[in-house]
Amino acid sequence: MVAVTNIGRAEARPPLSVRSRLRRSVGPDIDGYGFILPSAIIMVSLVVYPFGLAVWYSLSDAFIGQPASFIGLDNFIYILTVDDIFPKVLRNTLLFAVISVACKVFFGLICALLLQRITTFKRFFRGAMLIPFVAPTALTTLGWWLILDPTYSHINWILKHVWPFSEMGLGPYQFLADPTLALSSVIFVNFWRGLPFFVITILAGLVSIPDHLYEAAEIDGASTWDKFWKITLPLLRPVLAVVILFSTIFTLADFNIVFVLTRGGPMNETHLFATYSYTYGILNHDIGLGAAVSLFLFPILAFTVIFLLRLIRRDTAYEL
Amino acid sequence: MAAIELRDLWKRYDRVEAVQGINLDIRHNEFIALVGPSGCGKTTTLRMIAGLEDITAGEIRVGDRVVNEVPPKDRDIAMVFQNYALYPHMTVYDNMAFGLKLRKTSKAEIDRRVRDAADILNIGELLDRRPKQLSGGQRQRVAMGRAIVRNPQVFLFDEPLSNLDAKLRVQMRTEIKKIHRRVRTTVVYVTHDQIEAMTLADRIVVMNFGLIEQVGTPDEMYNAPKTRFVASFIGSPSMNFLPCRVVSGGNGSLALRLTDKLSLAVPPERAARYRSHLDREMVFGIRPEHISDRRPNAGSGFEEFEAGMEVVEPMGIDTMVFFSIDGIEICARARPRAVGPVGEAMPFTVDMNEMHLIDPANDRVV
Amino acid sequence: MSSDTATMPAMAKSERTSLALNRTPMWRQRKKLANYLALLPYIAFALFPFYIMVITSLKSNQEINNLSKSPFWATGITTDHYVYLAQNTGFFDHWLLNTVIVATVSTVISVSVGTLGAYALARLRFRGVEMFGVAVFITYLVPQSLLFIPLINVVNAVDSVVPIRDTYWSLILTYPTFLIPFVMWLLMGYFRTIPVEVEECAYLDGCSRLSALFRVVLPMAMPGIICAVLFSYTLSWNEFLYSLVFIQDQAAKTLSVGVFTELIRGDIYYWGSLMAACFTGAIPIVVLYSFFMDYYVSGLTSGAIK
Repeated sequence: MVAVTNIGRAEARPPLSVRSRLRRSVGPDIDGYGFILPSAIIMVSLVVYPFGLAVWYSLSDAFIGQPASFIGLDNFIYILTVDDIFPKVLRNTLLFAVISVACKVFFGLICALLLQRITTFKRFFRGAMLIPFVAPTALTTLGWWLILDPTYSHINWILKHVWPFSEMGLGPYQFLADPTLALSSVIFVNFWRGLPFFVITILAGLVSIPDHLYEAAEIDGASTWDKFWKITLPLLRPVLAVVILFSTIFTLADFNIVFVLTRGGPMNETHLFATYSYTYGILNHDIGLGAAVSLFLFPILAFTVIFLLRLIRRDTAYEL
Repeated sequence: MAAIELRDLWKRYDRVEAVQGINLDIRHNEFIALVGPSGCGKTTTLRMIAGLEDITAGEIRVGDRVVNEVPPKDRDIAMVFQNYALYPHMTVYDNMAFGLKLRKTSKAEIDRRVRDAADILNIGELLDRRPKQLSGGQRQRVAMGRAIVRNPQVFLFDEPLSNLDAKLRVQMRTEIKKIHRRVRTTVVYVTHDQIEAMTLADRIVVMNFGLIEQVGTPDEMYNAPKTRFVASFIGSPSMNFLPCRVVSGGNGSLALRLTDKLSLAVPPERAARYRSHLDREMVFGIRPEHISDRRPNAGSGFEEFEAGMEVVEPMGIDTMVFFSIDGIEICARARPRAVGPVGEAMPFTVDMNEMHLIDPANDRVV
Repeated sequence: MSSDTATMPAMAKSERTSLALNRTPMWRQRKKLANYLALLPYIAFALFPFYIMVITSLKSNQEINNLSKSPFWATGITTDHYVYLAQNTGFFDHWLLNTVIVATVSTVISVSVGTLGAYALARLRFRGVEMFGVAVFITYLVPQSLLFIPLINVVNAVDSVVPIRDTYWSLILTYPTFLIPFVMWLLMGYFRTIPVEVEECAYLDGCSRLSALFRVVLPMAMPGIICAVLFSYTLSWNEFLYSLVFIQDQAAKTLSVGVFTELIRGDIYYWGSLMAACFTGAIPIVVLYSFFMDYYVSGLTSGAIK
C-alpha cells in the first residue's frame, strides 16, 4: 500500500497544456513579461531609441530644421583636431570630477564620524546636513551666484571689512571671471551640493558596522585610531565604492551648476561635456556636433562604472 | 480531508535534482512527517504539493483530482510557514479572516470561524493586535489559526517550530498534536527534527538526497530501520555503528567479531537471518540505550564486556557514557549511580535482541 | 515638549545615582562638546546659501546696493520682493503651478509603472529577468545630458500627433526617462526584503497574482513606495535641463527655469526678487523633506547599504 520504490525516471506524461509547456521554457512566471511591459515600452522609446538617435546624429551633419546626411566620423575628428575648446572640456571634466569627489569623500567621512557620535539634536543635525541635496540645484546655485558675484560677493566683503583679513589687503577676487577661480568656484558649489549624499550614506554605513567588532577590538587592545583604520575603513569600503560610483557619474554629467554659475565662461574655460554639448546643439543649432560631444561622455562613464563595480564586487565578500 | 498521492515526482532546478522520482500515498486524515537533513528535498516536495513549485515530472493527486496544473489558490490547501508569514499590515483577526474573505464567505460565518479557531488556540484576546506586537509563540498560534479557519483539505507545515526556543517548541508540539485530534484533517509536516516527527506523526517519511529512504510508523522507524541512514537519523543520541565480521560460533550459532578481543554472540533466533553473510565484513548497529549497565536477571541475548570511560555526560535520568572500541567512539546509556569516575573501566551489557546488521555494500539493514 | 517630559525622569535619576556613583568623567564631557563644535562649521556651510537668500530677499534694493553695509544682516525688513514676484512675474501663477502639475503627474506615472516592473524583476522567475535588471541599471546611469538632443526629436515626433511642444506635457513625457529607472532600482531592493513566504501564503489563501500584489505585497512595500514617490517628486521638482531645452513659452516654464531665464535681465540684477524666488522655490521641497526625512535617508542609502 505504501510504494517506496524509487526506481527509474518518470516518463514524461503526454497531455501538457500550452501554458505549462510555455512555463517550462521561459520559467514559472510568464506574467512577469506583462508587468515589465509598460516600463520596457517607455524605456525603449525614450531612452534606447534616443540613444541610438544620438549616435546617428553624431555621425551626421544634422542641423536644426534641415535634413541630415551621413558624414562618418567627421564630427568626432573635428572635435578632436580642430576644436580648441574640447581639450579644455576634457580637462575641466576630469578636474571637476576628481577634485570634487575627493573632497566629498574626505569631508564626508569626517562629518559622518562626527554625526555618528551625536546624541542630542540628532535629527536636527542630520536633517540640516541633507538640505543642500534636496533643494533645487538651479535655485541654490543662484544663491551661490550672489555670494560669488564680483560686486556683491560676501567673501570679498569679509576680506575687505573684517579684521584680520582687512589688514592683509586681499581681494577683491573675480570669482567667476578669472578662469582658475571660476573653475574652483564651480567645483566648490558642486562639493557643497554633493557632500550631504556622502555624509548620509557613509553615516548609514557606519551605523551598520556591528558594535561587537569594536568591542572585540577594544578587548584586543586597539586604540581609537587603530579601530578606525583596521575596522571602520575596511568595512566601509563597499559603501564608499558605491557612493563614489554614483557621485562620479552624476558629477561627470553635471549641467546645472556650471550652466547657472558661468554658462561655461569665462571664455569657455569652465565647460563640461553637458554644457558644451548644449552650446553646440541648442545655441549653435549644430545637433551633430552636440551629440558627438555628449557621446564622448559615454566611454568615460562606462569605464568608471566598470572600474568601480569591480572594486565593489571584490569588497562585498565580507559578511557582517 | 483528502488523501494525497505522489507518483514518480521529480523536481529539477537548473543543475540540482532536488526530488528524484518519489512515490507516496498519504491517507485521508493522516499526519505524515517528512524528515531528513537540509537539502534532502522534503521542503521542495511540500512546496510542490502546495503548488508553489512547478512539477518537473510526475503527478500529484489531492483527493481524486490531479493538481499538477491547479494554481495554489484553487488547491484548498493551507500552509504554516517557518517564519509564520503573517500579514504585517493586518490585525490577527484580519490575518485569519483573509482567506475566507477571498472565498466570499459571509461575514457572520467568518466571524464564527475566526472566533472558534481563536478559542482552540487560546488567542481570543489577541484578535485586535498586529503581528508586530506578538511574541514568537503567539505568532505561531496565529499562523495555525489562519490555517484552521480555512478548514482546508490539506494542512501543510514547513518546519513550523524551528524559530521557537526549546521550551516553547516542546509546548507547541503538544499543542499541535491536540489540535490535530480536534481538527481532524490530512497533515503533511516537514521538519529536520526527528523527535518532532516521532512525537507527532502517524507515519514518518525519511528523505535523503531527493529520495525516500523509508516510510513507516514511528515505532517501525525506530525499531526496524531499513537503511543505515534511517537507523542513524532516527533516535538521539544516534545509533552506534561498528565494523564487524560475522563468524561462526559453533553449534550453528553466529557471533560478531568486533575486535580481536571482543566478540558478541548473535541471538539464536536471528542466526538464520544473518547466516548468508557468514565470513563477511558487515556493520553492527546498536542504539546507546541498548548498551547499559543494567544486567537483566532473565532473558537471553545479553552480552557483556568492559570498557574504559572517556567522557561522561549526565542528563538527569540517565548518564551518557562514551568510550571507544578500535578508535570508534561508542555511546552508552547508563544509570547515573552506576557510573564511576572518568578513566575507570566499567562493565556494560549489550542487548543483542535490539541489534541491527548492515551490509556496507548497499547500506541496507539485513 | 514630549521629549522634555521624557528626559526629565531620566535626568533626575542620573542626578540621584551620580551622588552615589562617579560622575561622567570630565574628559568625556569635553570630548562630546568638541564633537558638537566640530559639526557647527558643517551645518553653517550647508545652510549658508539659504541664509543669504532669506536675508537678501528681505532687504530693500537700496540696502542691497549699499556695498559698505554688511551683506549678512538686514536693518529694515521689507516684503516688497515677494509682492513683486506675485504681481509682476509668472512665479506663482505659472511656474509654481506648472512645477506642481509636472512633478505630480510624472511621479504618478513613474511610480506606478516602475512599481510593477520592479516587482516582476525582484520576485518573478522568467527567462531574461537578469538581463532586464541589468538594463534598468544601465538606463539609470545614462545621464540626461546625453539624451536631451535626441529627445527634442522625440518630442517633435509626438507633437505631430498630440500638441505637446512647448507645454509642460513634453516634460511629463520625458521625466519618466530618469524617474522610472530610479524607482525600479529603489523598489527592487525593497521588494527583495519582503519575505516571499508572506506572498506565498496569500496564494494559498486564495489570492491570484494581482490580488496578492495589491492586497499583500504593496501594503507591505508601502515605506518603499512612499520613498519612491518622494524622490520622484523631488527629482521632477528640481529638474532643470529638459525644462530649459523643451520650453520657451514663459507661461509654460517650471520654477527653476522660469527663475533663471525670466528674472535675470541685463546687467542690473534684481537680487532681492531673485533671492526671494530662489528661496520660495526651495521651500515646498524642503518642507516635504523635513516631514519625511527618514524616507529620504533610507532611499538615499538603500543602494549603498545592502
